[in-house]
Amino acid sequence: MKPLNRLQMAWRAGQDVEDGTVVNLGLGMPVNVSDYVPADFDVVVQSENGIIGVGPLASANASDADLVDAGSRRVTLRAGATVIDSANSFAMIRGGHIDVTILGAFEVAANGDLANWDNRIPDKGPLVGGAMDLAASAQAVWVLMEHNTRKGGPRLLEACTLPLTAVRCVKRIYTDIAVLSVTAGGFLVHQILPGISRDELQQRTGAKLTFAPDCGDLVAPEIALPEA
Amino acid sequence: MTAAEAVAGILDGATVMLSGFAGAGFSNQLVAALRDLGPRNLTLVVNSATHRLSNTHELIAAGMVRKVICSAARGHDKSGLSAFEQLYKDGKIELEVLPQGTFVESIRAGGAGIPAYFTPTGFGTDLAAGKETRRFGERDYVLEAAITGDAALIRADVADRWGNLTFRHAQQNFGPAMATASKLVVAEVRAFSEVPIPPEQVQLSGVFVDRIYVAGDGA
Repeated sequence: MKPLNRLQMAWRAGQDVEDGTVVNLGLGMPVNVSDYVPADFDVVVQSENGIIGVGPLASANASDADLVDAGSRRVTLRAGATVIDSANSFAMIRGGHIDVTILGAFEVAANGDLANWDNRIPDKGPLVGGAMDLAASAQAVWVLMEHNTRKGGPRLLEACTLPLTAVRCVKRIYTDIAVLSVTAGGFLVHQILPGISRDELQQRTGAKLTFAPDCGDLVAPEIALPEA
Repeated sequence: MTAAEAVAGILDGATVMLSGFAGAGFSNQLVAALRDLGPRNLTLVVNSATHRLSNTHELIAAGMVRKVICSAARGHDKSGLSAFEQLYKDGKIELEVLPQGTFVESIRAGGAGIPAYFTPTGFGTDLAAGKETRRFGERDYVLEAAITGDAALIRADVADRWGNLTFRHAQQNFGPAMATASKLVVAEVRAFSEVPIPPEQVQLSGVFVDRIYVAGDGA
């Protein structure tokens, strides 16, 4: 079975979003998660620029340059939405009022350390944005990332090699081939892509894996990626 | 009041706060007027060092900026090195990068008479290196200092003659906090209201606003 594509990974994380929660979705792959939360769920999507209750993307003829999310996407507001300023928005984040933040990452360590901020491009300055605040203070941090680097190296490690975003914060990880959680005993595997053995998953991971007693198959519906 | 009059008096060496994030709330006409005024050795307090929809890069390209305090130190241009990136590479511009929540809380603290505060954000990361930390209860916190400015150039929707402001959608972002933390606060607005804005609809009290520049719809 093929590894999950990026939208299938977003779909899989979306299956675990609970009704009645407040979520913040990181730029890139994670913002797609809201497309896969059941429409009848009362889920509030918080964007750190102060939009509380982000709705679907605006259509081209109804978009408004002042109505954007933190990723500069022109969006709509859901019923019940509010708009606040950045100080208030980060008070909401830092004060622990976000139930779940779903972020992209470069690396996650077995103790939950997260490395996801970008200061590696030569001659370009560092870019951190709101990731450190979200990772430090959301009630739960979920990570959406490919299991391995483009060169095949592990992203799930005993200790991160890249600069940290926050320490001991990640609770769950959704990769293209597995679903894992971070426990006191390290990475615990809940689902594996059919066709990948436990040994192969371990080989592709840079830290010791434990398998949940009810560890099952990672299966997602077909979702086509938009043409680039 | 013209844009030039609105920014008059911003001097060499000033710390200038600029609102705007993700395309909303940039005070671009005031920034253009500041560029024409031409003070040197500025410290900019702005979320993105440059953004493709803001004019900040023009101040940097004009050699007016000594230091940038921001949460995203990326260039204006994706292809090649922008003026900011060239200066950064050459070590000719000082950079202070803060987590975005720390960036805005430091400004809020500056405007609220709080000289420093502890935040959990950044603990154990490179951005907290060298900063004092302290444990409260079960968590570790980083001591962060307040930020204040000599001037803030912010964008809002409507102003009345008392300087009370309303904002459209995501225009607010850093504007209200910056207005509390700066000595001279200039608001670029779409429209001026001859009648008072209903008090309960005011989003930023005119107490914090010194000058109004009516820019119209253009950004």
